[in-house]
Amino acid sequence: MQAAPAVRMQCICKRFGAVVANHDVNLTVAAGTVHGIVGENGAGKSTLMSVLYGFYPADEGRIEVNGQPLAAHGSRDAIAAGIGMVHQHFMLVDSLSALDNVMLGAEPGWRLMPARRQVRDALQALMDRTGLPVRLDLPVEELPVGERQRLEILKALYRGARILILDEPTAVLTPQETAQLFVTLRGLRDSGTTVLLITHKLKEILALCDAVTVMRAGTVVLDTPIAATSLDELAVAMVGRRVHLGRAGQAASAPGDAVLQAEHLRLRDALGVVRLDDVSLTLRAGEIVGIAGVSGNGQSELLDVLSGLCAPQAGSLVLAGRRFAPPRWLRPQDARALKLAHVPEDRHARALVLPFAAWESAVLGYHRLAAFCRRGFMRRDAMRGATAEMMRGYDVRPPDPTLRSGAFSGGNQQKLVLAREAWAGPQVLLVGQPTRGVDIGAIEFIHARLRALRDAGGAVLLVSSELDEVLALADRVIVMNAGRIVGERAVAACDETTLGRWMAGEAIEGGDAGHMAPVHA
Amino acid sequence: MRDTDRLPRWMDLALLPALNVALALAVAGLVLWGVGQDPWQVLGLLIQGAFGSRVGLGYTLYYATTFVFTALAVCMAVHGGLFNIGGEGQAMLGGLGAGLVALAWSASLPAALMLPLMVLASMLFGAVWAAVPGALQAWRGSHVVITTIMFNFIASALLAWLLVGVLKEPGNMTVESAAFADSARLPGVHEALGWLGIAWPASPLNLSIVLAVAAAVAVGGFLWRSGPGYALRAVGFSPPAALYGGIAPPWQIVRAMALSGALAGLVGMNEIAGVHGRLLLDYVAGAGFAGIAVALIGRNHPLGIWLAAILFGALYQGGAEIAFEVQGFSRDMVFTLQGLIVLFAGAMAQMLAPVLMRFVRPVRVLEPAHG
Repeated sequence: MQAAPAVRMQCICKRFGAVVANHDVNLTVAAGTVHGIVGENGAGKSTLMSVLYGFYPADEGRIEVNGQPLAAHGSRDAIAAGIGMVHQHFMLVDSLSALDNVMLGAEPGWRLMPARRQVRDALQALMDRTGLPVRLDLPVEELPVGERQRLEILKALYRGARILILDEPTAVLTPQETAQLFVTLRGLRDSGTTVLLITHKLKEILALCDAVTVMRAGTVVLDTPIAATSLDELAVAMVGRRVHLGRAGQAASAPGDAVLQAEHLRLRDALGVVRLDDVSLTLRAGEIVGIAGVSGNGQSELLDVLSGLCAPQAGSLVLAGRRFAPPRWLRPQDARALKLAHVPEDRHARALVLPFAAWESAVLGYHRLAAFCRRGFMRRDAMRGATAEMMRGYDVRPPDPTLRSGAFSGGNQQKLVLAREAWAGPQVLLVGQPTRGVDIGAIEFIHARLRALRDAGGAVLLVSSELDEVLALADRVIVMNAGRIVGERAVAACDETTLGRWMAGEAIEGGDAGHMAPVHA
Repeated sequence: MRDTDRLPRWMDLALLPALNVALALAVAGLVLWGVGQDPWQVLGLLIQGAFGSRVGLGYTLYYATTFVFTALAVCMAVHGGLFNIGGEGQAMLGGLGAGLVALAWSASLPAALMLPLMVLASMLFGAVWAAVPGALQAWRGSHVVITTIMFNFIASALLAWLLVGVLKEPGNMTVESAAFADSARLPGVHEALGWLGIAWPASPLNLSIVLAVAAAVAVGGFLWRSGPGYALRAVGFSPPAALYGGIAPPWQIVRAMALSGALAGLVGMNEIAGVHGRLLLDYVAGAGFAGIAVALIGRNHPLGIWLAAILFGALYQGGAEIAFEVQGFSRDMVFTLQGLIVLFAGAMAQMLAPVLMRFVRPVRVLEPAHG
């Protein structure tokens, strides 16, 4: 007789109001395997895992763990049953040491010092066995991202997890860190731990998993061993149709004149930490320049500075023939007047006012234009008309300008933002994380629009934490690390290994050695 | 995603508030029954006192006028993302502004010039009194909740100091200024109706009510139709998005506070120019704080604020009537009822929403934003 599966979820249904997040989902995960769960955003995979981990109860269905039914349960029961979860956004207390973070909530006794000793010994043994090195005495805020993730995994294992759920674990890692994580996960699997990997990156599934479940619109559409499937089949199952995300041709013609020149930008934040260190770059008409790098290495700040959201302490910027230097830096409204548009990274906080109706958000930044505002009064019909036009042109669904901005799905919000920024006919477009949290069909659409903007003679600066996206779109790639530009290359000459090394902080060979940033991996 | 779970508009805006008020009245009835009063008699007297006579109605609307001004002030600030609890002090300063120009020029200027001047002065004084905390918030990060409260005390002290000193009428033992000349008196509604040939009994209700209606319309138009209103709401909902849109949050904060203070200042017209005809102490009498409750119940919408203000006006007027008619009924009971209404219609406004949700199909179904 075969051993009971580690997890068996049967006929799981979960509704939020009228939205069906999971419909009649069956999932069986064999013990001691790595099982991938893929799907677009909104496919229901996070909901399913949250149901398993006990964040909310399922409306219908049964869950068995190692053959034992797990009745109406909370996280506590899930942990007791040996389930551990590593969230995409780490659940760590930044100011506490790594050791204390593991101990928090699982103290073996009421006296702190003996408890610490006990936990340290247990963790040391665990680290030796699993090969997950973490510096236990440093505060979490001083640990690099990869190490924090290892700490999260250790924390789950320390609590006796035999089934480990990882939610988009590679979103914050460099290619090297990802590879290292995969080695760890394979090791865990070989020692009997079951791993559930939630991701939307199909390559990772193929590289790591033993079996995969594909979800679409709340249901399971494919459930197969890895050996019996292919990248194409998974992509089609995920989206429901064929998509092309690869490279779609270089710029039609050679780049034209420089339209934006930034020189020696230097930015310190409120705490005095240097965020941009002597950054210089030039954007030319008709090219897409991609900035690669692990999140938090100055890319966001670069976009903020170039779009006028914050002023650097030093440096200069020439935009459409006008020169700006501190203390008189350009303001966001100047940038727009000079035909610089900006699709910000954080569309919830910045690009949209979520409680606003779509037609109100669709003019944000352009609300002072005579087309939308006459003698102090908003021209609501014109605003609604323009919004409807944007929605048609960018296939925003549902195409209803009166709907609240926050009610659209991520992909449709992003399409609306891009439509707005393209509407004004920009010469320079700054784009941050254009497809973060966006489903794969919308990604294809957004990529096509960015290429179209370039082909129409626009200059696009693309910041993305997805290396694949940068490589698919950019004509020229710049890599940032610790606030510096560490490498630059035409995309044809790029390979992932080199870019990955640059992202990890190794400087470009020759010339730039003096700029080498501290290794951060 | 929560956005999908929405009641139909008419339920959200009409049925739910009505149920909440009914619930508050029911609980108040239980309390009354518990202290040995007849709830039905009290409710009957309340309605009779507030709406049953033309004089009663006049008082109800007079109170409501003051609440509309202070609630619109709260509403304006809330849409700018600010909690202005300094309506009390701003209303005092508004009265001071109106009073000062009246004392200075009412003897020499005709009403046609005097009254507009008083309106402007009351708004200006209120605006400045609120703009200072606004500026402190915008550029120094001092929270307006703290500073506006402190400005209430400063306003109160300032008014007292002026009235026992500089503005005191020689020979008068009361703490009040000299009476204004007639040109600085806003006509009562009964007088205005009298000019039209309609007989109406005298009450403190004065033409400020016209100002209050105009102010409500203006606030609605400003917030939802004008460019500056758009900017103000953008800052109120999301300062980072506003900044991204080229709207500088600090100036919007000062503007929102100034407009808020100007609205609160108009209380001075209702009380000083409309009723007392002289400057005195304590004419705001907590209306600044009641305005917070009125704005809360009125959902920070001018129309809702008018309805809630009439409800509160009725409680004030009807409560006074009950205290007069019923033995052993304390006015404190009216405040209990007010408190219950704030609790049910304000703080727990959405309590019944899930119950109602069972009876209707949600309005709109969308794909969830997160998986």
